Amino acid sequence: MKKVLKNPGVQAFVASIICIILGLLIGYIVLLFINPEGAAESIINVIKNFLTWNRANKKLQQFGNTLAKTMPLLMCSLSILFAYKVGLFNIGAAGQYVAGSCACLYAALAWGWGWLPCMIFALAAGAVLGAIVGFLKSRCNVNEVISGIMLNWISLYLANTILTKVKETASPYTMYIKDVNPSALLPNAGLDKFFNNNQYITIAVPLALIIAIAVYILLSKTKLGYELKATGSNKNAAKYAGMAENRNIILTLIISGALAGLGASMLYLTGYMRWECTQSSVPGMGFNGIAAAFLGGLNPIGAIFSSFFIQHITDGGQYVNTNFYSSQISDLISSVIIYLCGFVLFIKLTMNKMIARSEEKKARAIKSAASQGGDK
Amino acid sequence: MEQYAVEMLHITKRFPGIIANDDITLQLKKGEIHALLGENGAGKSTLMSVLFGLYQPEEGIIKKDGVEVKINNPNDANALGIGMVHQHFKLVECFTVLDNIIMGVEPNKMGFLQKKEAREKVMALSEKYGLHVDPDAKIEDITVGMQQRTEILKMLYRDNEILIFDEPTAVLTPQEITELMQIMKNLAAEGKSILFISHKLNEIMEVADRCSVLRKGRYIGTVNTKDTTIEQLSAMMVGRNVNFHVEKKPAHPGDVVLDIENMTVASKVHKNNAVKNVSLKVRAGEIVCIAGIDGNGQSEFVYGLSGLEPLVSGKITLLGKDITKTSIRQKSILGISHIPEDRHKHGLVLDYSLEDNLVLQTYFNPEFTSGAGFLRRKNIREYANRLIEEYDVRSGQGAVTTARAMSGGNQQKAIIAREIDKAPELLIAVQPTRGLDVGAIEFIHKQLVAQRDAGKAVLLVSLELDEVMDVPDRILVMYEGEIVGELDPKKTTQEELGLYMAGAKRDEVKA
Repeated sequence: MKKVLKNPGVQAFVASIICIILGLLIGYIVLLFINPEGAAESIINVIKNFLTWNRANKKLQQFGNTLAKTMPLLMCSLSILFAYKVGLFNIGAAGQYVAGSCACLYAALAWGWGWLPCMIFALAAGAVLGAIVGFLKSRCNVNEVISGIMLNWISLYLANTILTKVKETASPYTMYIKDVNPSALLPNAGLDKFFNNNQYITIAVPLALIIAIAVYILLSKTKLGYELKATGSNKNAAKYAGMAENRNIILTLIISGALAGLGASMLYLTGYMRWECTQSSVPGMGFNGIAAAFLGGLNPIGAIFSSFFIQHITDGGQYVNTNFYSSQISDLISSVIIYLCGFVLFIKLTMNKMIARSEEKKARAIKSAASQGGDK
Repeated sequence: MEQYAVEMLHITKRFPGIIANDDITLQLKKGEIHALLGENGAGKSTLMSVLFGLYQPEEGIIKKDGVEVKINNPNDANALGIGMVHQHFKLVECFTVLDNIIMGVEPNKMGFLQKKEAREKVMALSEKYGLHVDPDAKIEDITVGMQQRTEILKMLYRDNEILIFDEPTAVLTPQEITELMQIMKNLAAEGKSILFISHKLNEIMEVADRCSVLRKGRYIGTVNTKDTTIEQLSAMMVGRNVNFHVEKKPAHPGDVVLDIENMTVASKVHKNNAVKNVSLKVRAGEIVCIAGIDGNGQSEFVYGLSGLEPLVSGKITLLGKDITKTSIRQKSILGISHIPEDRHKHGLVLDYSLEDNLVLQTYFNPEFTSGAGFLRRKNIREYANRLIEEYDVRSGQGAVTTARAMSGGNQQKAIIAREIDKAPELLIAVQPTRGLDVGAIEFIHKQLVAQRDAGKAVLLVSLELDEVMDVPDRILVMYEGEIVGELDPKKTTQEELGLYMAGAKRDEVKA
């Protein structure tokens, strides 16, 4: 048992589970405080998400919706964890996601591009934003968190301005892609059949999963991954070993930005959501990516599951009983849970301490037993 | 019964996987100088951390003046009159000496500083123990020796009775060391009890009354220095007899391998250049040592040479090829190996495994990376295992051990294995034995001599006098960024070397 718990992989998993349970518990307590009557039902609905529906078909369809939204979150969390492995905290992923959204929507609606060029354009937009952060970091030593946050806002208002040109006249939302330019919608490739013809299930799903695996391979098996991680872990040693540490920082943020930008296209090109040109806050996807990255133990494969879970909880929030609670409560509950997800490292540390302590106790017991035996 | 100032009885402290202190007993008499001797990783630091309340022991008790005490944190230790001069001083650079001494215990009336009072007390202490300081000088402007005296005054100002000195001589000149030894004797004569942590045996013999030896977390014994010899102490410390003298045959210098002309490197701390117009040559088959007190431009000189810092001016030639503007990677490929001064800052990626660190300079070779950019794990593992075997690098889990989890000596061995196995033309070794125990030092010196005998050029930068006298074939003394003297280690004395290092003597040296 102890041996199993010492395995870092198992530890990460257990820590993540503990975080989830704690988050749900605190969410439940918050509900209890506001109104005890509906608390139990609401928290169960949050956990159940699409399972609250009775009909199997509806369940499947709603499951598909959650899955469709998981993919952009997964991409954002890959973006965060990739940079994090190289010692950079890319909080700018949120802005890179915005840049990607803006790029793919404008290309689809204004220029009538097909889905593939739109996707690549979104990827490029995210990469350019990442490159700016990386350049500032390596050349002028500007902290990537500061420049990242600034760029988040710049890109939000830039996106609002640009996308106003392709918005509906009557509403603040961008036009429907399916009306203006259906060729920009991501192909379903028959995958929608498995989800009760959910049109939002597209090639984005397998693509994001493949990219997660690719990121895993890049980080752990390749020369580039070796160099990037070395740079992140010890910049001075990387320089001493003749690695181009400044180039590596820029490259990392370009890749990180590209992942976030591509992620945006995986949501907006399904037609699931439209951009609201009057929104005044940066979409939470990039920030939730941080929680997903940590909850997944900073492992690309783990991120697949953690991203799904977080999206699952977020979607589950809409099933909170609004007779008892205001509609914002769903956001509150999911954010409490997501917040707790960031505690994975802390839980891991506590676990290690506990293991060490119990081992010490054991060693002492053995020693005293041995000395007693010696006395006889 | 004998009166002890502090007793640590049967202290056991475990960390996951290791026992750092295993049933250690240390008794410090009133008014004695007690040396604590042990290799790196022997458990000296852990034991002192226990005494300071930074760690709680699993077993054992601490007594002060015969009464059992519980030390839960450093404040408790302070309240009991236990003070420490750390190896790396804990001083605020831009504060004056006086401000540093009173920091944390500032005398005040209703929140207003009473510096006059403090100054009087400090001056009285300084007079009494012969600790000369200028109370109004800023720390950044005074010598290392005076900084250390400031640290000692800090302890005395707090009325500490038990003074711990953690490797206090590492940063001092020979003259300053003599002075410190005298100060320690004065303090002991005034009734202070001193714990002196060191692995410099001749200093222990000179100044300490008794010496306790630790090895691999175990208590080996306590001896009166009067009744023992250096050889006996070192055998206790290492567990076997150690050959102090470096065995080497006469050198046969060949062609010039490294030729540096008028090299100047800027300083990062002040406006002056750290290295001024240095020219020197290193030939194949010889060890040239750059000696000097820490902070006289040696680090910057090596940074400039290796390419970690840009040159202001100068020309570097390796085997007749101008490498002044060559990249670090290219220099490495051309045959420069560099054992860096700071193994944690430059030498290792601590979070990487041992095997990944062993290929840090060569990972891009086709042997370790396929054409498609994938690492060849199997080859890396085989290569690492060979080096581990050949250089006797010890670690918990072999090639996959995280470098951070290895002892300092084995980390250094790993770096040396990596740099020497590259078969360099020029080996730059900067303080290769810093912080290591005699066993590891012996090994490293042998490796350097072996490289020399194999016809390689070796450039050694060292602060350790014994090393400077023993290992090289030529000594160049660096003082304030300039080469001020060239000495023959066979003909010179430590005293003469000290005069050059302190800047009291200089020749016009031609490279």
